[in-house]
Amino acid sequence: MKRPSIVLWLNAVVLYTFLYAPIVVVIAYSFNSAKRGGPWRGFTTEWYATLFNSSEKLSAVTNTLILAVASTAISTVLGTLLGYGLSRFSFPGKKLFSWLMYIPVVVPDIVAAVAMLMFCSFVRNWTGLLELGLTTMIIAHVTFQIPLIAIIVRSRLAGMDPAIEEAAHDLGADAWQKFRYVTLPLMMPGVLAGSALAFTMSIDDFVISFFTAGPGATTLPILIYSSVKRGITPDINALATLIVLASIIGTITVTMLQRQGRDERKL
Amino acid sequence: MKPKIHFGEQLSPRGEQVRSALTSGPGIAWVTVFLLVPLLSIIVISFMSRGTYGDVQPHFTLENFKRFLGYGAFGFDPLYPKIILRSLLMALGTVTLCMMVALPLTFFIAGLPQRWKQVALMLVIIPFWTNMLIRTYAWQIIFSGTGWLARAAAALGWIAPGDALYPSALAVFVVLTCDFLPVLALPLYASVEKIDWSIAEAASDLGADGRRVFWHALLPQIKPGLMAGAILVFIPATGQFAIPDLMGGAKTVLLGNAIQQQFGFSRDWPFGSAISCLAMLIVMLGLWVFARTAGEEGRKTLI
Repeated sequence: MKRPSIVLWLNAVVLYTFLYAPIVVVIAYSFNSAKRGGPWRGFTTEWYATLFNSSEKLSAVTNTLILAVASTAISTVLGTLLGYGLSRFSFPGKKLFSWLMYIPVVVPDIVAAVAMLMFCSFVRNWTGLLELGLTTMIIAHVTFQIPLIAIIVRSRLAGMDPAIEEAAHDLGADAWQKFRYVTLPLMMPGVLAGSALAFTMSIDDFVISFFTAGPGATTLPILIYSSVKRGITPDINALATLIVLASIIGTITVTMLQRQGRDERKL
Repeated sequence: MKPKIHFGEQLSPRGEQVRSALTSGPGIAWVTVFLLVPLLSIIVISFMSRGTYGDVQPHFTLENFKRFLGYGAFGFDPLYPKIILRSLLMALGTVTLCMMVALPLTFFIAGLPQRWKQVALMLVIIPFWTNMLIRTYAWQIIFSGTGWLARAAAALGWIAPGDALYPSALAVFVVLTCDFLPVLALPLYASVEKIDWSIAEAASDLGADGRRVFWHALLPQIKPGLMAGAILVFIPATGQFAIPDLMGGAKTVLLGNAIQQQFGFSRDWPFGSAISCLAMLIVMLGLWVFARTAGEEGRKTLI
Protein backbone atom coordinates (compact mmCIF):
# COMPACT_ATOMS: atom_id res chain seq x y z
CA MET A 1 0.00 0.00 0.00
CA LYS A 2 1.31 3.41 -1.00
CA ARG A 3 1.85 6.17 1.55
CA PRO A 4 -1.02 8.71 1.52
CA SER A 5 -0.56 11.59 -0.92
CA ILE A 6 -0.93 15.23 0.03
CA VAL A 7 -4.52 15.27 -1.32
CA LEU A 8 -5.49 12.38 0.92
CA TRP A 9 -3.85 14.13 3.87
CA LEU A 10 -5.79 17.33 3.23
CA ASN A 11 -9.07 15.44 2.89
CA ALA A 12 -8.40 13.56 6.11
CA VAL A 13 -7.56 16.72 8.05
CA VAL A 14 -10.77 18.41 6.85
CA LEU A 15 -12.89 15.36 7.73
CA TYR A 16 -11.42 14.87 11.19
CA THR A 17 -12.04 18.56 11.89
CA PHE A 18 -15.60 18.12 10.65
CA LEU A 19 -16.13 15.05 12.89
CA TYR A 20 -14.64 16.62 15.99
CA ALA A 21 -15.92 20.20 15.64
CA PRO A 22 -19.24 19.42 17.41
CA ILE A 23 -17.53 17.44 20.18
CA VAL A 24 -14.95 20.17 20.83
CA VAL A 25 -17.62 22.90 20.76
CA VAL A 26 -19.79 21.14 23.35
CA ILE A 27 -16.84 20.68 25.70
CA ALA A 28 -15.67 24.27 25.25
CA TYR A 29 -19.12 25.79 25.76
CA SER A 30 -19.68 23.84 28.95
CA PHE A 31 -17.07 26.23 30.44
CA ASN A 32 -18.56 29.37 28.87
CA SER A 33 -20.06 31.74 31.41
CA ALA A 34 -22.58 33.19 28.89
CA LYS A 35 -26.09 32.07 29.88
CA ARG A 36 -27.70 31.50 26.50
CA GLY A 37 -25.00 30.09 24.25
CA GLY A 38 -23.76 32.99 22.19
CA PRO A 39 -20.20 34.30 22.13
CA TRP A 40 -17.50 33.44 24.64
CA ARG A 41 -17.83 35.37 27.93
CA GLY A 42 -15.12 33.82 30.05
CA PHE A 43 -14.32 30.60 31.86
CA THR A 44 -16.57 29.09 34.52
CA THR A 45 -17.27 25.74 36.15
CA GLU A 46 -20.61 26.99 37.47
CA TRP A 47 -22.63 24.75 35.11
CA TYR A 48 -21.08 21.61 36.53
CA ALA A 49 -22.12 22.73 39.99
CA THR A 50 -25.73 23.40 38.87
CA LEU A 51 -25.73 20.02 37.18
CA PHE A 52 -24.96 18.12 40.35
CA ASN A 53 -27.62 20.07 42.26
CA SER A 54 -30.39 19.47 39.72
CA SER A 55 -32.71 16.69 40.84
CA GLU A 56 -34.22 16.57 37.32
CA LYS A 57 -30.86 15.66 35.82
CA LEU A 58 -29.92 13.23 38.55
CA SER A 59 -33.22 11.37 38.15
CA ALA A 60 -32.63 11.20 34.38
CA VAL A 61 -29.23 9.62 35.08
CA THR A 62 -30.85 7.12 37.47
CA ASN A 63 -33.58 6.26 34.95
CA THR A 64 -31.05 5.79 32.15
CA LEU A 65 -28.97 3.44 34.28
CA ILE A 66 -31.97 1.43 35.60
CA LEU A 67 -33.25 1.10 32.04
CA ALA A 68 -29.87 0.01 30.66
CA VAL A 69 -29.07 -2.46 33.46
CA ALA A 70 -32.55 -4.04 33.59
CA SER A 71 -32.97 -4.36 29.83
CA THR A 72 -29.44 -5.69 29.31
CA ALA A 73 -29.91 -8.27 32.09
CA ILE A 74 -33.15 -9.61 30.57
CA SER A 75 -31.93 -9.51 26.98
CA THR A 76 -28.60 -11.17 27.79
CA VAL A 77 -30.39 -14.23 29.18
CA LEU A 78 -33.02 -14.44 26.42
CA GLY A 79 -30.64 -13.43 23.60
CA THR A 80 -27.94 -15.93 24.62
CA LEU A 81 -30.48 -18.76 24.83
CA LEU A 82 -31.90 -17.75 21.46
CA GLY A 83 -28.48 -17.56 19.79
CA TYR A 84 -27.61 -20.97 21.23
CA GLY A 85 -30.96 -22.49 20.23
CA LEU A 86 -30.80 -21.13 16.69
CA SER A 87 -27.31 -22.44 16.09
CA ARG A 88 -27.77 -25.86 17.71
CA PHE A 89 -31.33 -27.11 17.15
CA SER A 90 -33.65 -27.01 14.21
CA PHE A 91 -37.39 -26.62 14.47
CA PRO A 92 -40.26 -25.86 12.10
CA GLY A 93 -40.22 -22.22 10.98
CA LYS A 94 -36.60 -21.71 12.03
CA LYS A 95 -35.65 -20.00 8.81
CA LEU A 96 -38.49 -17.50 9.22
CA PHE A 97 -37.47 -16.72 12.78
CA SER A 98 -33.85 -16.33 11.76
CA TRP A 99 -34.99 -13.56 9.45
CA LEU A 100 -36.99 -12.04 12.28
CA MET A 101 -33.67 -11.28 13.96
CA TYR A 102 -32.85 -8.71 11.31
CA ILE A 103 -36.01 -6.62 11.74
CA PRO A 104 -34.31 -4.15 14.10
CA VAL A 105 -31.54 -3.64 11.53
CA VAL A 106 -33.82 -3.07 8.55
CA VAL A 107 -36.77 -1.18 10.03
CA PRO A 108 -36.19 2.53 10.80
CA ASP A 109 -36.18 3.17 14.57
CA ILE A 110 -39.11 5.52 14.44
CA VAL A 111 -41.38 3.00 12.70
CA ALA A 112 -40.63 0.32 15.29
CA ALA A 113 -41.06 2.90 18.05
CA VAL A 114 -44.53 4.05 16.97
CA ALA A 115 -45.54 0.42 16.39
CA MET A 116 -44.65 -0.36 20.01
CA LEU A 117 -46.36 2.80 21.23
CA MET A 118 -49.62 1.76 19.55
CA PHE A 119 -49.26 -1.81 20.79
CA CYS A 120 -48.79 -0.64 24.41
CA SER A 121 -51.77 1.66 24.15
CA PHE A 122 -54.07 -1.05 22.74
CA VAL A 123 -53.00 -3.53 25.38
CA ARG A 124 -53.64 -0.86 28.02
CA ASN A 125 -57.14 -0.26 26.69
CA TRP A 126 -58.00 -3.94 26.83
CA THR A 127 -56.27 -5.08 29.99
CA GLY A 128 -55.15 -2.01 31.92
CA LEU A 129 -51.54 -3.24 31.76
CA LEU A 130 -48.52 -1.62 30.08
CA GLU A 131 -48.97 1.93 31.33
CA LEU A 132 -46.31 4.01 29.55
CA GLY A 133 -43.26 4.49 31.73
CA LEU A 134 -40.03 2.82 32.71
CA THR A 135 -41.56 -0.67 32.28
CA THR A 136 -42.63 -0.12 28.69
CA MET A 137 -39.22 1.40 27.93
CA ILE A 138 -37.50 -1.67 29.37
CA ILE A 139 -39.74 -3.96 27.27
CA ALA A 140 -38.99 -1.92 24.13
CA HIS A 141 -35.23 -1.92 24.72
CA VAL A 142 -35.17 -5.67 25.42
CA THR A 143 -37.00 -6.20 22.12
CA PHE A 144 -34.16 -4.49 20.28
CA GLN A 145 -31.36 -6.07 22.28
CA ILE A 146 -32.44 -9.73 22.02
CA PRO A 147 -31.81 -10.03 18.25
CA LEU A 148 -28.50 -8.18 18.57
CA ILE A 149 -27.14 -10.50 21.28
CA ALA A 150 -28.56 -13.60 19.55
CA ILE A 151 -26.82 -12.72 16.26
CA ILE A 152 -23.46 -12.19 17.98
CA VAL A 153 -23.72 -15.35 20.09
CA ARG A 154 -24.81 -17.41 17.08
CA SER A 155 -21.87 -16.27 14.98
CA ARG A 156 -19.50 -17.07 17.88
CA LEU A 157 -20.98 -20.59 18.07
CA ALA A 158 -20.79 -21.04 14.31
CA GLY A 159 -17.02 -20.64 14.45
CA MET A 160 -16.60 -23.25 17.19
CA ASP A 161 -15.27 -26.76 16.71
CA PRO A 162 -18.13 -29.27 17.33
CA ALA A 163 -15.55 -31.84 18.43
CA ILE A 164 -15.20 -30.09 21.80
CA GLU A 165 -18.87 -30.63 22.65
CA GLU A 166 -18.77 -34.17 21.23
CA ALA A 167 -15.83 -34.93 23.49
CA ALA A 168 -17.74 -33.60 26.51
CA HIS A 169 -20.60 -35.94 25.68
CA ASP A 170 -18.31 -38.92 25.13
CA LEU A 171 -16.75 -38.24 28.52
CA GLY A 172 -20.18 -38.59 30.13
CA ALA A 173 -21.53 -35.08 30.46
CA ASP A 174 -25.31 -34.83 30.25
CA ALA A 175 -27.01 -32.13 28.17
CA TRP A 176 -27.07 -29.58 31.00
CA GLN A 177 -23.49 -30.23 32.09
CA LYS A 178 -22.34 -29.99 28.48
CA PHE A 179 -24.03 -26.62 28.13
CA ARG A 180 -23.02 -25.27 31.54
CA TYR A 181 -19.36 -26.39 31.65
CA VAL A 182 -18.34 -26.58 27.99
CA THR A 183 -20.51 -24.58 25.60
CA LEU A 184 -21.30 -21.60 27.84
CA PRO A 185 -17.68 -20.82 28.81
CA LEU A 186 -16.68 -21.10 25.15
CA MET A 187 -19.38 -18.71 23.97
CA MET A 188 -18.82 -16.30 26.87
CA PRO A 189 -16.74 -13.77 24.83
CA GLY A 190 -19.67 -13.52 22.40
CA VAL A 191 -22.15 -13.12 25.26
CA LEU A 192 -20.05 -10.36 26.85
CA ALA A 193 -19.51 -8.54 23.54
CA GLY A 194 -23.24 -8.77 22.79
CA SER A 195 -24.36 -7.48 26.16
CA ALA A 196 -21.80 -4.66 26.15
CA LEU A 197 -23.17 -3.58 22.78
CA ALA A 198 -26.75 -3.91 24.03
CA PHE A 199 -25.93 -1.82 27.12
CA THR A 200 -24.38 0.94 25.00
CA MET A 201 -27.34 0.88 22.65
CA SER A 202 -29.76 1.31 25.55
CA ILE A 203 -27.82 4.26 27.04
CA ASP A 204 -27.55 5.90 23.62
CA ASP A 205 -31.09 5.34 22.44
CA PHE A 206 -33.33 8.34 21.95
CA VAL A 207 -36.06 7.45 19.45
CA ILE A 208 -37.39 4.23 21.02
CA SER A 209 -37.33 5.75 24.51
CA PHE A 210 -38.92 8.99 23.34
CA PHE A 211 -42.03 7.20 22.07
CA THR A 212 -42.39 4.54 24.75
CA ALA A 213 -41.61 6.79 27.74
CA GLY A 214 -44.44 7.96 29.90
CA PRO A 215 -44.70 11.52 31.21
CA GLY A 216 -42.74 10.65 34.34
CA ALA A 217 -39.86 8.64 32.89
CA THR A 218 -37.11 10.81 31.41
CA THR A 219 -33.76 9.46 30.27
CA LEU A 220 -30.63 11.44 29.47
CA PRO A 221 -31.15 11.57 25.68
CA ILE A 222 -34.79 12.65 26.17
CA LEU A 223 -33.71 15.30 28.67
CA ILE A 224 -31.10 16.63 26.24
CA TYR A 225 -33.62 16.73 23.41
CA SER A 226 -36.30 18.56 25.38
CA SER A 227 -33.78 21.07 26.81
CA VAL A 228 -32.44 21.80 23.33
CA LYS A 229 -36.00 22.24 22.05
CA ARG A 230 -36.67 24.77 24.81
CA GLY A 231 -33.42 26.63 24.01
CA ILE A 232 -29.99 25.40 25.02
CA THR A 233 -29.24 25.66 28.70
CA PRO A 234 -25.54 25.73 29.50
CA ASP A 235 -25.74 22.96 32.07
CA ILE A 236 -26.83 20.64 29.23
CA ASN A 237 -23.41 21.33 27.70
CA ALA A 238 -21.82 20.27 30.98
CA LEU A 239 -23.96 17.11 31.03
CA ALA A 240 -23.14 16.38 27.38
CA THR A 241 -19.43 16.89 28.08
CA LEU A 242 -19.51 14.26 30.82
CA ILE A 243 -21.36 11.84 28.50
CA VAL A 244 -18.87 12.52 25.69
CA LEU A 245 -15.91 11.92 28.00
CA ALA A 246 -17.49 8.68 29.22
CA SER A 247 -17.95 7.49 25.60
CA ILE A 248 -14.37 8.39 24.68
CA ILE A 249 -12.94 6.56 27.70
CA GLY A 250 -15.28 3.61 27.07
CA THR A 251 -14.34 3.34 23.39
CA ILE A 252 -10.62 3.51 24.08
CA THR A 253 -10.87 0.92 26.88
CA VAL A 254 -12.86 -1.54 24.75
CA THR A 255 -10.49 -1.12 21.79
CA MET A 256 -7.45 -1.67 24.03
CA LEU A 257 -9.03 -4.80 25.57
CA GLN A 258 -9.88 -6.14 22.10
CA ARG A 259 -6.34 -5.59 20.89
CA GLN A 260 -4.95 -7.24 24.02
CA GLY A 261 -7.27 -10.20 23.42
CA ARG A 262 -6.04 -10.48 19.82
CA ASP A 263 -2.42 -10.34 20.87
CA GLU A 264 -2.97 -13.06 23.49
CA ARG A 265 -4.61 -15.32 20.95
CA LYS A 266 -1.63 -14.86 18.65
CA LEU A 267 0.80 -16.12 21.31
CA MET B 1 -38.03 -40.49 12.19
CA LYS B 2 -34.89 -41.96 13.57
CA PRO B 3 -32.88 -40.01 16.12
CA LYS B 4 -29.91 -38.13 14.75
CA ILE B 5 -26.50 -37.74 16.24
CA HIS B 6 -26.26 -34.23 17.63
CA PHE B 7 -22.86 -33.16 18.97
CA GLY B 8 -22.11 -36.69 20.03
CA GLU B 9 -25.45 -37.31 21.69
CA GLN B 10 -28.55 -39.03 20.31
CA LEU B 11 -31.45 -36.66 19.98
CA SER B 12 -34.94 -37.66 18.90
CA PRO B 13 -36.95 -35.15 16.83
CA ARG B 14 -39.21 -34.65 19.83
CA GLY B 15 -36.22 -34.05 22.11
CA GLU B 16 -34.85 -31.50 19.68
CA GLN B 17 -38.15 -29.62 19.65
CA VAL B 18 -38.27 -29.58 23.45
CA ARG B 19 -34.75 -28.15 23.58
CA SER B 20 -35.65 -25.60 20.90
CA ALA B 21 -38.66 -24.50 22.89
CA LEU B 22 -36.55 -24.16 26.04
CA THR B 23 -33.75 -22.17 24.38
CA SER B 24 -35.14 -20.28 21.37
CA GLY B 25 -38.72 -20.23 22.65
CA PRO B 26 -38.70 -17.30 25.08
CA GLY B 27 -36.63 -15.02 22.80
CA ILE B 28 -38.76 -15.77 19.75
CA ALA B 29 -41.96 -15.26 21.73
CA TRP B 30 -40.72 -11.90 23.04
CA VAL B 31 -39.67 -10.56 19.65
CA THR B 32 -42.86 -11.85 18.02
CA VAL B 33 -45.18 -10.29 20.60
CA PHE B 34 -43.41 -6.96 21.04
CA LEU B 35 -42.04 -6.34 17.55
CA LEU B 36 -43.54 -8.52 14.83
CA VAL B 37 -47.16 -8.16 15.96
CA PRO B 38 -46.90 -4.36 16.43
CA LEU B 39 -45.26 -3.97 13.00
CA LEU B 40 -47.94 -6.07 11.32
CA SER B 41 -50.67 -4.13 13.12
CA ILE B 42 -49.20 -0.92 11.69
CA ILE B 43 -50.11 -2.25 8.26
CA VAL B 44 -53.66 -3.08 9.42
CA ILE B 45 -54.17 0.27 11.15
CA SER B 46 -52.99 2.20 8.10
CA PHE B 47 -56.23 1.06 6.42
CA MET B 48 -58.44 2.28 9.27
CA SER B 49 -59.83 5.72 9.97
CA ARG B 50 -59.35 8.26 12.71
CA GLY B 51 -62.20 8.88 15.16
CA THR B 52 -63.24 12.32 16.37
CA TYR B 53 -61.10 12.14 19.50
CA GLY B 54 -57.99 10.77 17.81
CA ASP B 55 -58.99 7.17 18.44
CA VAL B 56 -58.69 4.44 15.83
CA GLN B 57 -61.97 3.42 14.16
CA PRO B 58 -62.10 -0.01 12.51
CA HIS B 59 -63.58 1.33 9.26
CA PHE B 60 -61.69 0.19 6.20
CA THR B 61 -60.45 3.11 4.09
CA LEU B 62 -57.79 3.96 1.52
CA GLU B 63 -57.99 7.62 2.57
CA ASN B 64 -54.61 7.60 4.38
CA PHE B 65 -52.71 6.39 1.34
CA LYS B 66 -54.55 8.79 -0.95
CA ARG B 67 -53.68 11.58 1.41
CA PHE B 68 -49.93 11.24 1.21
CA LEU B 69 -50.14 10.80 -2.53
CA GLY B 70 -51.57 14.33 -2.46
CA TYR B 71 -55.32 13.69 -2.71
CA GLY B 72 -56.72 14.95 0.57
CA ALA B 73 -60.12 16.24 1.64
CA PHE B 74 -59.46 19.57 -0.10
CA GLY B 75 -58.32 18.39 -3.52
CA PHE B 76 -54.71 17.99 -4.63
CA ASP B 77 -52.08 19.21 -2.21
CA PRO B 78 -48.42 18.37 -2.87
CA LEU B 79 -47.45 18.63 0.84
CA TYR B 80 -46.87 14.91 1.41
CA PRO B 81 -45.48 14.04 -2.04
CA LYS B 82 -42.96 16.83 -1.37
CA ILE B 83 -42.06 15.34 2.01
CA ILE B 84 -41.51 11.92 0.43
CA LEU B 85 -39.34 13.37 -2.32
CA ARG B 86 -37.38 15.55 0.13
CA SER B 87 -36.73 12.55 2.42
CA LEU B 88 -35.53 10.43 -0.46
CA LEU B 89 -33.25 13.17 -1.81
CA MET B 90 -31.90 13.90 1.66
CA ALA B 91 -31.20 10.21 2.40
CA LEU B 92 -29.64 9.52 -1.01
CA GLY B 93 -27.67 12.77 -0.88
CA THR B 94 -26.30 11.87 2.55
CA VAL B 95 -25.31 8.41 1.34
CA THR B 96 -23.60 9.83 -1.75
CA LEU B 97 -21.70 12.56 0.08
CA CYS B 98 -20.64 10.17 2.86
CA MET B 99 -19.35 7.76 0.19
CA MET B 100 -17.44 10.47 -1.64
CA VAL B 101 -15.62 11.68 1.46
CA ALA B 102 -15.26 8.30 3.19
CA LEU B 103 -13.49 6.69 0.21
CA PRO B 104 -10.40 8.94 0.33
CA LEU B 105 -10.52 8.84 4.14
CA THR B 106 -10.40 5.04 4.32
CA PHE B 107 -7.61 4.85 1.72
CA PHE B 108 -5.75 7.43 3.81
CA ILE B 109 -6.10 5.34 6.97
CA ALA B 110 -5.15 2.11 5.21
CA GLY B 111 -1.99 3.78 3.86
CA LEU B 112 -0.70 4.89 7.26
CA PRO B 113 2.01 2.98 9.14
CA GLN B 114 0.51 0.28 11.41
CA ARG B 115 0.81 2.29 14.65
CA TRP B 116 -0.87 5.41 13.24
CA LYS B 117 -3.50 3.34 11.48
CA GLN B 118 -4.86 2.27 14.88
CA VAL B 119 -4.99 5.88 16.09
CA ALA B 120 -6.65 7.19 12.90
CA LEU B 121 -9.22 4.40 13.03
CA MET B 122 -9.92 5.05 16.70
CA LEU B 123 -10.56 8.69 15.83
CA VAL B 124 -13.39 7.54 13.55
CA ILE B 125 -14.76 5.06 16.11
CA ILE B 126 -15.01 7.64 18.92
CA PRO B 127 -17.64 9.86 17.20
CA PHE B 128 -19.44 6.64 16.16
CA TRP B 129 -19.95 5.80 19.85
CA THR B 130 -20.72 9.35 20.94
CA ASN B 131 -24.40 10.16 21.35
CA MET B 132 -25.82 11.41 18.07
CA LEU B 133 -28.14 13.90 19.77
CA ILE B 134 -25.16 15.63 21.39
CA ARG B 135 -23.22 15.75 18.13
CA THR B 136 -26.35 17.14 16.48
CA TYR B 137 -27.24 19.96 18.83
CA ALA B 138 -23.59 21.10 18.95
CA TRP B 139 -24.12 22.24 15.37
CA GLN B 140 -26.72 24.70 16.65
CA ILE B 141 -23.86 26.43 18.48
CA ILE B 142 -21.54 26.24 15.44
CA PHE B 143 -24.25 27.55 13.09
CA SER B 144 -25.56 30.24 15.48
CA GLY B 145 -25.83 33.86 14.34
CA THR B 146 -22.84 34.94 16.43
CA GLY B 147 -20.62 32.09 15.23
CA TRP B 148 -17.94 32.87 12.64
CA LEU B 149 -19.50 30.58 10.00
CA ALA B 150 -22.73 32.60 10.02
CA ARG B 151 -20.77 35.86 10.03
CA ALA B 152 -18.72 34.69 7.06
CA ALA B 153 -21.90 33.75 5.21
CA ALA B 154 -23.37 37.16 6.05
CA ALA B 155 -20.21 38.92 4.80
CA LEU B 156 -20.60 37.03 1.52
CA GLY B 157 -24.20 38.21 1.36
CA TRP B 158 -25.72 34.72 1.56
CA ILE B 159 -27.74 35.45 4.69
CA ALA B 160 -28.77 38.59 6.58
CA PRO B 161 -26.25 39.74 9.23
CA GLY B 162 -27.08 38.29 12.64
CA ASP B 163 -29.09 35.40 11.19
CA ALA B 164 -28.17 31.84 12.09
CA LEU B 165 -27.34 29.22 9.45
CA TYR B 166 -30.11 27.03 10.81
CA PRO B 167 -32.94 26.10 10.50
CA SER B 168 -32.25 25.28 6.88
CA ALA B 169 -32.12 22.29 4.56
CA LEU B 170 -28.37 22.79 4.19
CA ALA B 171 -27.88 22.55 7.97
CA VAL B 172 -29.85 19.28 8.03
CA PHE B 173 -27.72 17.93 5.19
CA VAL B 174 -24.41 18.91 6.81
CA VAL B 175 -25.38 17.40 10.16
CA LEU B 176 -26.74 14.19 8.58
CA THR B 177 -23.42 13.78 6.79
CA CYS B 178 -21.36 14.49 9.91
CA ASP B 179 -23.43 12.13 12.06
CA PHE B 180 -23.50 9.26 9.58
CA LEU B 181 -19.96 9.49 8.19
CA PRO B 182 -18.48 7.02 10.71
CA VAL B 183 -21.36 4.58 10.05
CA LEU B 184 -20.31 4.36 6.41
CA ALA B 185 -16.56 4.69 6.94
CA LEU B 186 -16.16 1.73 9.32
CA PRO B 187 -17.54 -1.11 7.12
CA LEU B 188 -15.87 0.52 4.11
CA TYR B 189 -12.52 0.51 5.90
CA ALA B 190 -12.88 -3.22 6.60
CA SER B 191 -13.07 -3.75 2.80
CA VAL B 192 -10.31 -1.26 1.91
CA GLU B 193 -7.89 -2.88 4.34
CA LYS B 194 -8.36 -6.25 2.61
CA ILE B 195 -7.66 -4.92 -0.90
CA ASP B 196 -5.35 -7.11 -2.93
CA TRP B 197 -3.06 -4.45 -4.40
CA SER B 198 -1.42 -6.87 -6.82
CA ILE B 199 -4.60 -6.70 -8.91
CA ALA B 200 -4.23 -2.92 -9.15
CA GLU B 201 -0.54 -3.30 -10.04
CA ALA B 202 -1.40 -5.86 -12.73
CA ALA B 203 -4.03 -3.50 -14.15
CA SER B 204 -1.60 -0.60 -14.35
CA ASP B 205 1.16 -2.85 -15.79
CA LEU B 206 -1.31 -3.76 -18.50
CA GLY B 207 -1.71 -0.08 -19.31
CA ALA B 208 -4.77 1.03 -17.35
CA ASP B 209 -4.71 4.66 -16.20
CA GLY B 210 -5.52 5.71 -12.60
CA ARG B 211 -9.21 6.05 -13.22
CA ARG B 212 -9.55 2.63 -14.83
CA VAL B 213 -7.46 1.02 -12.11
CA PHE B 214 -9.90 2.45 -9.55
CA TRP B 215 -13.08 1.47 -11.42
CA HIS B 216 -12.04 -1.98 -12.56
CA ALA B 217 -9.41 -3.20 -10.12
CA LEU B 218 -10.21 -1.49 -6.81
CA LEU B 219 -13.93 -0.70 -6.76
CA PRO B 220 -15.09 -4.31 -7.28
CA GLN B 221 -12.98 -5.31 -4.28
CA ILE B 222 -14.44 -2.70 -1.94
CA LYS B 223 -18.01 -2.87 -3.23
CA PRO B 224 -19.27 -5.14 -0.40
CA GLY B 225 -18.08 -2.72 2.29
CA LEU B 226 -19.21 0.32 0.36
CA MET B 227 -22.72 -1.05 -0.17
CA ALA B 228 -23.03 -2.29 3.42
CA GLY B 229 -22.05 1.18 4.66
CA ALA B 230 -24.48 2.79 2.23
CA ILE B 231 -27.46 0.74 3.41
CA LEU B 232 -26.51 1.28 7.07
CA VAL B 233 -26.70 5.04 6.42
CA PHE B 234 -29.73 4.92 4.14
CA ILE B 235 -32.06 3.12 6.58
CA PRO B 236 -31.70 5.46 9.59
CA ALA B 237 -31.43 8.55 7.36
CA THR B 238 -34.82 7.69 5.84
CA GLY B 239 -36.54 7.55 9.22
CA GLN B 240 -34.54 10.32 10.84
CA PHE B 241 -36.51 12.82 12.88
CA ALA B 242 -34.26 14.37 15.54
CA ILE B 243 -31.76 15.91 13.08
CA PRO B 244 -34.33 17.56 10.76
CA ASP B 245 -36.31 18.59 13.83
CA LEU B 246 -33.38 20.35 15.52
CA MET B 247 -31.58 21.66 12.42
CA GLY B 248 -34.40 22.19 9.92
CA GLY B 249 -37.46 23.00 11.97
CA ALA B 250 -40.68 23.41 10.01
CA LYS B 251 -38.73 24.10 6.80
CA THR B 252 -37.46 20.58 6.27
CA VAL B 253 -40.11 18.15 7.40
CA LEU B 254 -38.96 14.63 6.50
CA LEU B 255 -40.86 11.34 6.73
CA GLY B 256 -39.70 10.83 10.32
CA ASN B 257 -41.05 14.24 11.35
CA ALA B 258 -44.34 13.57 9.56
CA ILE B 259 -44.69 10.29 11.49
CA GLN B 260 -43.85 11.99 14.76
CA GLN B 261 -46.44 14.72 14.11
CA GLN B 262 -49.19 12.16 13.58
CA PHE B 263 -48.29 10.32 16.77
CA GLY B 264 -47.73 13.57 18.65
CA PHE B 265 -50.06 16.54 18.63
CA SER B 266 -52.05 15.63 15.46
CA ARG B 267 -52.94 12.26 16.98
CA ASP B 268 -53.92 10.62 13.71
CA TRP B 269 -52.57 7.12 14.19
CA PRO B 270 -53.99 5.56 11.01
CA PHE B 271 -52.37 8.26 8.88
CA GLY B 272 -49.14 8.01 10.88
CA SER B 273 -49.22 4.25 10.28
CA ALA B 274 -49.67 4.79 6.55
CA ILE B 275 -46.59 7.05 6.47
CA SER B 276 -44.69 4.42 8.49
CA CYS B 277 -45.68 1.78 5.92
CA LEU B 278 -44.31 4.03 3.20
CA ALA B 279 -41.03 4.48 5.12
CA MET B 280 -40.76 0.69 5.43
CA LEU B 281 -41.48 0.32 1.72
CA ILE B 282 -38.70 2.77 0.83
CA VAL B 283 -36.28 0.87 3.07
CA MET B 284 -37.34 -2.42 1.42
CA LEU B 285 -36.57 -0.89 -1.98
CA GLY B 286 -33.17 0.19 -0.67
CA LEU B 287 -32.52 -3.31 0.63
CA TRP B 288 -33.58 -4.79 -2.69
CA VAL B 289 -31.09 -2.60 -4.54
CA PHE B 290 -28.48 -3.56 -1.94
CA ALA B 291 -29.17 -7.28 -2.40
CA ARG B 292 -28.92 -6.90 -6.18
CA THR B 293 -25.63 -5.01 -6.15
CA ALA B 294 -23.69 -6.10 -3.07
CA GLY B 295 -24.01 -9.87 -3.44
CA GLU B 296 -23.19 -12.52 -0.85
CA GLU B 297 -19.99 -10.83 0.32
CA GLY B 298 -21.87 -7.59 1.02
CA ARG B 299 -24.55 -9.41 2.98
CA LYS B 300 -21.86 -10.95 5.17
CA THR B 301 -20.30 -7.54 5.76
CA LEU B 302 -23.65 -6.16 6.84
CA ILE B 303 -24.64 -8.93 9.22
